[in-house]
Amino acid sequence: MPGRDDMALMAHLMRRAGFGASREELEARVAKGYEATVEELLHPETQPEVDVNILYRYFPNLEGPLAPVQAQTNWVYRMINTRSPLQEKMCLFWHQLFATGNSKIDNPPEVLQQIAMFRRHGLGRFPELLVELAKNPAMIYWLDNNGNHKGAINENWGRELLELFSMGVGNYSEDDIKEASRAFTGWTIGQKIPRNPLGRFYWSFEYRPEDHDDGEKVFLGHRGRFNGDDIVNIVVQQPATARFLARHLYNFFVADEVQVPSWNITPPKDPQAIQTLVRAYNESNYDIRAVLRALLLSDFFKNARFARVKSPAELVISTVRLAGNFGPPRPGYQELAFECAYQGQELLNPPSVESWHTGQEWIDGGALVRRVNFAAKLLGDTTLPGIRTIVNQLKDRGNLSPAEFVDQCLDLIGPIQVSEDTRAELQAQAEEGGELRWGTKRQASASEHRVGVMLALIAASRDYQFA
Amino acid sequence: MASIGKDTVLVVLQLTGANDYLNTVIPYTNPLYRDNRPNVGIPEDKVLPIDDELGFHPNMGPVKKLWDEGRMAIIHGIGYENSPRSHFRSMDIWHTCEPNRVGTEGWVGRVIRDLDPTSENVLKGVNFGQGLPRAMVLRGVPVTSVSSLESYGMLSEVPGITEEQERAQVLERFSRMYSPAIGRGPVMDYLAQTGQNVLKGADALKIAPQKYSSTVEYADTPVAKYLKSIAQVYLADLGAQVLYTQHGSFDTHFNQTPMHNKLWIDVGRAIGDFFDDLKEHDAGDNLIMMLFTEFGRRVHDNGTGTDHGAGGVAFVIGNRVKGGHYSEYPSLKPEDLQQGDLAPNYDFRGFYSTVVERWLGLDPAPIVGGHFEQLDFI
Repeated sequence: MPGRDDMALMAHLMRRAGFGASREELEARVAKGYEATVEELLHPETQPEVDVNILYRYFPNLEGPLAPVQAQTNWVYRMINTRSPLQEKMCLFWHQLFATGNSKIDNPPEVLQQIAMFRRHGLGRFPELLVELAKNPAMIYWLDNNGNHKGAINENWGRELLELFSMGVGNYSEDDIKEASRAFTGWTIGQKIPRNPLGRFYWSFEYRPEDHDDGEKVFLGHRGRFNGDDIVNIVVQQPATARFLARHLYNFFVADEVQVPSWNITPPKDPQAIQTLVRAYNESNYDIRAVLRALLLSDFFKNARFARVKSPAELVISTVRLAGNFGPPRPGYQELAFECAYQGQELLNPPSVESWHTGQEWIDGGALVRRVNFAAKLLGDTTLPGIRTIVNQLKDRGNLSPAEFVDQCLDLIGPIQVSEDTRAELQAQAEEGGELRWGTKRQASASEHRVGVMLALIAASRDYQFA
Repeated sequence: MASIGKDTVLVVLQLTGANDYLNTVIPYTNPLYRDNRPNVGIPEDKVLPIDDELGFHPNMGPVKKLWDEGRMAIIHGIGYENSPRSHFRSMDIWHTCEPNRVGTEGWVGRVIRDLDPTSENVLKGVNFGQGLPRAMVLRGVPVTSVSSLESYGMLSEVPGITEEQERAQVLERFSRMYSPAIGRGPVMDYLAQTGQNVLKGADALKIAPQKYSSTVEYADTPVAKYLKSIAQVYLADLGAQVLYTQHGSFDTHFNQTPMHNKLWIDVGRAIGDFFDDLKEHDAGDNLIMMLFTEFGRRVHDNGTGTDHGAGGVAFVIGNRVKGGHYSEYPSLKPEDLQQGDLAPNYDFRGFYSTVVERWLGLDPAPIVGGHFEQLDFI
């Protein structure tokens, strides 16, 4: 029987590196061991891929150039069904960092291609990922690199590469931006096929040597006839890059930091943790997998329980997985994608290249109503498979005192931790009904109802907003 | 008489998808209109004439009635320079007043901030619909978004909790779970505050449909339902000052004729019902409604519909509106068009500025990002 602490730690790992896990899955993973589980998560290639043949048989228009705006639905399906949750979490991480919005791209399948690229390269080496990003057609168009020409540079991509995607404000000069932009001239997209009459087609990367400024450049103190890849290679070596990437990973996987624009004036919450990640980055020759390994095995990670506000995608996907009412193709996936949007995170369409504001800023009055109501509606529904399982597991534990009732619910739903005040209220709620009994049909029916209400209250609690 | 800025209320009805200017306010005697609209042109005998040059779309009867009563202003040729003709980008521009960069702060958010700087009333700005339009987003400014007035509130959809008594008891429990407790940290406190605000707002909004009674029967369409909810909230005197909703899609690339017909039947009827309702309650003096869209549509039709254009039209309706034409109908002459589209001649930020200053009593410059020509419709 796995110990409580082991279960709690594994639940924490699966919440952060994935979208939560059922009791059964947690027990299996605890048996396998924490380190072994981390290795498995870091190696998605060892797990079966999402079966897209089944998906497309039911939803033939969910991928490919003629996919309508429901490209978000495609991703939601993958997040729910993936056997490599860390890989999908990394897609979310890179989407947050390299924010590219469909509001300008106006081609959802093309933005989804960028996510597919993150799926392929997101756990590999950082320089490779940055070069892929520089060649990604949606990114090129998003940051106007198709307008960046020899003799007439456009600085948008060059600037954001340094400011937002690698080094952070204050670590380079305006001249560096200009030189980087010169190096990326010629990195453009091929002629787009017009949308009418056949729909949206994929774009393609095109390198135009005749438009590339191959003159000598001075970038971050280095001199040479740099092309884009050279810029990337110089950038990834910079201490500022290591620290910036480390802090982003900390913010996404460990604990909420202040908003990114203040990072150049506010030091990290845990400078030693950042150092650990920086060391892993440098010693592994800039390998993201190695940095994540160091992160997930660290004490600062293991101890950071419930230190992050769940993003809408995390809240929606993890709640749905717990409720167990989604899995195979069925109507309603699109509505889940819309729900993320209504809660403030429209997948594939961040508001600007500075991306969503995370942590506490996910929450405002409108978002809170939706988050609470969405989660309570699912977890309070005892007809759903995942909730039925919880009800049956409770039944198996026999008659429970009010304190045990609350305890067991918190255990079976996560296990999750709640504050004393929340627990006191849940306890008061349980005491209203007395002992939880299953002996007679009437008792069982009443108890089932009480379980639904209790789970709904937990879903509605402030604590549930955290992961 | 309403005190400008204290009691005056603004309703924003966004027409999403780019409403076709030329078929909404129709230059029906202009031969260029006929020439350019061989397929979707409105027949002259169907147009609802305003004068001998312009007329309304045939299904805008209720709107024309308001025009005839002198309560409607038409703002011609509205837009901004260098329209990208992209829905998303253009709507963002209208929402954030930032034509040249990606903005993330909404102009209505700023209005709400300036109307209620200490955020005393979470119902100062209310959106009716799903999610929140960017126009209303401003960090630190609480805004309420209601998808259904009758069922708005926390824990309103839990399948097991249907009985009134249990619902009330659970809400009480919820409220206690969201009591600020000392030493829990700023994020928990923020959550507590936010949760309590929602409960307050929901409690207040609950009485709106309860207090409401009317002989007006609104149509059974989404836009009419939202306008009815807006009327209920307005009439309940809850201090809500900006009420926002939208209807669409007006993006009539194909089959414009039946689509546009239906859109204006629904919107026209809803507007008519709404203003009848206000009249019945003798409450029309404190409210104006503005209608806008992200751009107009191309002058020449494409066979069955029209494509994205530039210059468009906006309306303002209300008892205190000085009805009439404002700004100028852009020329349809080929040499005056921009890429085949009507050239805008009036910046939308002037439109906002007029409303913000003359109806809501606020300084418009920080809200719209500059000084723009205002019109005298208020």
